[in-house]
Amino acid sequence: MTPKLTAYIEGVGLIGPGFNGWASGRQILAGQQPYQSAKTVIPTPELLPAAERRRASDIVKLTLATSLEAIAEASLQGENLPSVFSFSNGDGLNCHTICEMLATDDREISPTRFHNSVHNAAAGYWSIATKTMATSSVLCAFDASFGAGLLDALTQVTVDGTRCILMASDTPYPEPMFSKRPIPDNCGIALLLAPQKSEQSEKSITQIQVSFTHEEAFKFSDTALETLRLAIPAARGLPLLQLIAKAQAGSVVLDYLDDLRLLVEVKPC
Amino acid sequence: MKPLLLSHFTVTSCIGIGLQQTLDALLHARQGLKPCDFETVDLPTFIGEVDDLDDVQMRDGMAEYDCRNNRLAQLGLEQDGFNNAVNAAVAKYGHDRIGVFLGTSTSGILETELAFRHRDKLTGALPEDFIYSKTQNTYSVADFTRHYFKLAGPAVVVSSACSSSAKVFSVARRMIEAGLIDAAIVGGVDTLCLTTLYGFNSLGLLSTQACRPYDVARDGISIGEAAAFALLERPSATMDDSAVLLLGIGESSDAYHMSSPHPEGLGAKIAMQQALQSASLAPTDIDYINLHGTATPSNDAAEAKAVSAIFTQPIPCSSSKGATGHTLGAAGAVEAVICALALQHSFIPGGLNTKKVDAELKLDYQLQNTNQPLKLVMSNSFGFGGTNCSLIFGLAETTGDAK
Repeated sequence: MTPKLTAYIEGVGLIGPGFNGWASGRQILAGQQPYQSAKTVIPTPELLPAAERRRASDIVKLTLATSLEAIAEASLQGENLPSVFSFSNGDGLNCHTICEMLATDDREISPTRFHNSVHNAAAGYWSIATKTMATSSVLCAFDASFGAGLLDALTQVTVDGTRCILMASDTPYPEPMFSKRPIPDNCGIALLLAPQKSEQSEKSITQIQVSFTHEEAFKFSDTALETLRLAIPAARGLPLLQLIAKAQAGSVVLDYLDDLRLLVEVKPC
Repeated sequence: MKPLLLSHFTVTSCIGIGLQQTLDALLHARQGLKPCDFETVDLPTFIGEVDDLDDVQMRDGMAEYDCRNNRLAQLGLEQDGFNNAVNAAVAKYGHDRIGVFLGTSTSGILETELAFRHRDKLTGALPEDFIYSKTQNTYSVADFTRHYFKLAGPAVVVSSACSSSAKVFSVARRMIEAGLIDAAIVGGVDTLCLTTLYGFNSLGLLSTQACRPYDVARDGISIGEAAAFALLERPSATMDDSAVLLLGIGESSDAYHMSSPHPEGLGAKIAMQQALQSASLAPTDIDYINLHGTATPSNDAAEAKAVSAIFTQPIPCSSSKGATGHTLGAAGAVEAVICALALQHSFIPGGLNTKKVDAELKLDYQLQNTNQPLKLVMSNSFGFGGTNCSLIFGLAETTGDAK
C-alpha cells in the first residue's frame, strides 16, 4: 500500500482567467459568486529590484504574485522557505522569439533572452526577490505538472519536516507554437505547506492527506471551470482549491500521470 | 540522510559510450572535445558531441519521441545492461513502485529550432509531424523513459539548468524515504542545440578552444552532450564493499543574479556544508572533490572561494569538463558516475586541457591521474539562476553497511 502524505496548508495564492487572487477567488470557488472567465491580469512585481523587474516576463510576475499572496496569508516574513516550482513549459513568448531568431541567419540572441529561457528562470528571480537561499526544486511533468509539484512539495514537508511553498504556473505560447500547445492564458496556483498544525489557530487552514489512486479525476460541473481545468495544467489544482474554499471536510481526485492520480483528503483546521 | 545504493549506473558522452569506454578515456586522460561542426552552427568554439546519434532508431512504439535528446536517452539506457537492471527491478518491486526523475536543461528544443525553419509559407504553421509534447517539452525525456520501461509510478523532470541532474538525486531520496517508491531511475540527458550554443555565445562564455577549468588563462566553457543514469535503491544486505552509496545531499539558492554566481560562492558554500551535514561527515573525511569547474573566469573563482572556505586542509580536486565539455543539465549525473568510477577503480581523475593552474584560486587542482584508494568523494553542480547542489558518494565498505 502506498502511504498517505500529510501536510497543513497555511496559505493559498491564485491568479488565472477570471481569478484575481485567492481572497476573491475562494468566494467564486465556494459558489458564493458566479465564475466568469476573463483575461488573466498579472500584478506588477514591486518586490523585484528595478533591473530584474524590467527583464521579468509573465511567468516570473505570475509566480511571484501567487507566492506572495500565499506567504502573506500565512503571515510569514523573511522565512527561508524551501520551494517547488512546477511549470508545464517555461516562458512561451521568450521561447518563440529565440526559435524565430535561430531560424534566420542573424542568430544573435540577447543575453537576457537566453537566461530567461532556462526553465528555472522564475525560480531564480523569485529567490532574488524574496532573498531566499533555501533549496528550490524546479519541475516539469507536462499536463501532470501540478500533481508532480504537489507530490515533491509534500515529500519535502513529510520527509524533511520543513515548510515548503509550491508554485505551479503556466503561460501561453504565441502562434505557431500555440497550435501545437494551446494553453489559452496565464494561470498560477501557490500553496504554502507545513508539516505541523500551527499553534496559532488561525494560521493552518486545512489538513491535506495525499495518496495515489486509480479513481477517475474530479470534474467541475460548471462548464467554464471545467474548460479551464483541462486547458491549463496549473488549473488541475483548482478542485483542491475549491474544497479548501468551501471549508468542508471531503476528498477529491486530482489528475496526475496517465491513470495514476492523487487522492487528496481535506480536513479544515 | 539514509544512504541510498546506486545499484547500477551508466554514462554516455563524447569520451565514451558506456562505462568501459568512459573509464578507458579517464584512465588514459583522453578528452572528447573538437572544433564545433554541429548542424549549421558557425561559432569559433569547441563541442563534445556523441557520435552517430543521427543513426539511433527509436524502439518500437516510441517513434513519436524521436528527437536528438531522446535518441541519446535511449542509447544511454541500453549501455552496460542498465535496461536489464531496470527490468529486474520492475520484476522485484512492481512497475508502479519505480520512479523516474531525470534532469535536462533544453530537452528536445533542437526539434523546435529545426521546425521553425520549415514553417508553412502561407500560414506560418509548424510542420504537421512536429510533436511538441514528445520532443520539445521539458518533461519529454522522463515521459520517454517511463514508457520505454512501461512504468506506472511517479515521474518528473528537474530542470534547473546545470544543477538539474544532481538535484534529481534529492527528489528520488524524498520519494523513497516517503515510501512512495522502492527504486528510482535518476539521471540526466542534454543534447547539443542552437539555443545553448548561441545563448552562451551571447554571454561571452564560450571558449574558443577546448575548455580549461581552473587554468590561469581559462576563457569559457565547451558545450557537450551526455546521458547518464543510475538506479537508486535502499542499501541491500547483499551488496559488497565496492558498492557505491549516495551519502549526502546539499542544496541552496544564491538569491544573487540570474547568470553570474555569487562572487564569494555563498550559495555553493551552503550546498557543500549541507551535504556534509546530511552525511554526518567532516570536511577532512572527503578524499576528492569533482568540481563544477566550468572554466569561466567567474564560476571557477566563486567555486574555489567556497571550497577553500569549507575545506581548510588541501584536498585533491578536478573538473571533468575538460574531458566531456559542460553537458549542462546532464552534468550532475555524468559527474556522479565519474565519481562512482573513481571510487571503484581507486583513482583521482586529473583535469584535462588545463596547463597552468590559477594560483589565485588556491586549490589543490590535479592535472594528472593519481592512483589511490578513495572512500568518500563530493561532486558539485551549480547553475544559472543561482541553483546549487552538492552530492557525497562513498564506498559501502566505509559505511559499514556492506555485508
